[in-house]
Amino acid sequence: MRAALTTVVLVLIGLILLFMVAEMPTFGEMGPAYNEVAHHYTQCAVDETGATNVISAIILDWRAYDTLGEATVLFAGIAAVLAILAAHGQRKKGR
Amino acid sequence: MISNLVDNLHFLTAILLFLIGFHTMLTHSNLIKKIIGMNIMETGIFLFFISIGYVEGGSAPIIREGTAMVNPLPSALILTGIVVGVSLTAFALALVIKLYRYYGTIDADEIMRLRSNEE
Amino acid sequence: MQDMVLQTVAKLLIPFIQLYGMYVIFHGHISPGGGFAGGAIVASSYILYALAHDVGAGFKQFPRLVAKWLESLGGLIFLLVGLVGIIRGVQFLTNIPEWLGQVGSIFSAGIIPLLTVAIGMKVCSTIVTLFYNLMEEDHD
Repeated sequence: MRAALTTVVLVLIGLILLFMVAEMPTFGEMGPAYNEVAHHYTQCAVDETGATNVISAIILDWRAYDTLGEATVLFAGIAAVLAILAAHGQRKKGR
Repeated sequence: MISNLVDNLHFLTAILLFLIGFHTMLTHSNLIKKIIGMNIMETGIFLFFISIGYVEGGSAPIIREGTAMVNPLPSALILTGIVVGVSLTAFALALVIKLYRYYGTIDADEIMRLRSNEE
Repeated sequence: MQDMVLQTVAKLLIPFIQLYGMYVIFHGHISPGGGFAGGAIVASSYILYALAHDVGAGFKQFPRLVAKWLESLGGLIFLLVGLVGIIRGVQFLTNIPEWLGQVGSIFSAGIIPLLTVAIGMKVCSTIVTLFYNLMEEDHD
């Protein structure tokens, strides 16, 4: 019963995704994802930032605020893990 | 439509990974296998997003003499997503450790049965 | 687990893994890699040490105090380098492209190498702390 329901749901989701892939632009052409922002980033990387790695120039110069948010996500993740795991062992030593 | 599907083979691989991960999450009742299924789903989504930016005849986005470059924007955005995925997996594993210490088992059906027996 | 073959091979491999990880961090603005990949590579050397020996030996090599300081310093350096932009009168986290050196060498590209090192420290400390705390067994 559970296996049949799982198969039906998966086949339905697979068909919807297949119809979506058929409408997408061809793999490898300069589609609508290569817009004027990407052209500006690849052509002005050396002049404006001085770095030859374009992805480093993107995540640390033009979009550096997003990297700051990602550092916050790392910190929040480890704070959550330590709050859950270390709460068990402290009670023995505290008394 | 069929020729369009055959050209976009990388997107089909990403969809296949997503469906395999989803199937793993739904059918197995072991909690660690559900976490592995979540990771496989994330890998499929990342592959789908990064392969949007490929350009025919382009290579890695490092400025050298004369070669064309792929689109660097999807790769730069997925870096943040990968880090969020690592944090999520770590938190899920910590929750599994706490569940094991309290119930003594990591089988999801067993845990639900024990919880319905407690009340 | 305490196996002598594993301990000897780990002792031979760990310096090279750390050297490669620091190379990836420091050349983040010239070649592929950057802060996240380099931080993960350096963290994997500490994980190899803790797997070959005990978790207690791993905590001796990377104590909780060092992990706390490294993670906080990584975030603080990011913020302080960003505040330099506000002091100069322009936006937060603005780059200074002609600060040192010419394009293509290590000392180039303004604040990008500093931010890469800060992110590398933060990622390495996060992954090592996560792993050691998940591996520790409870002493009930």
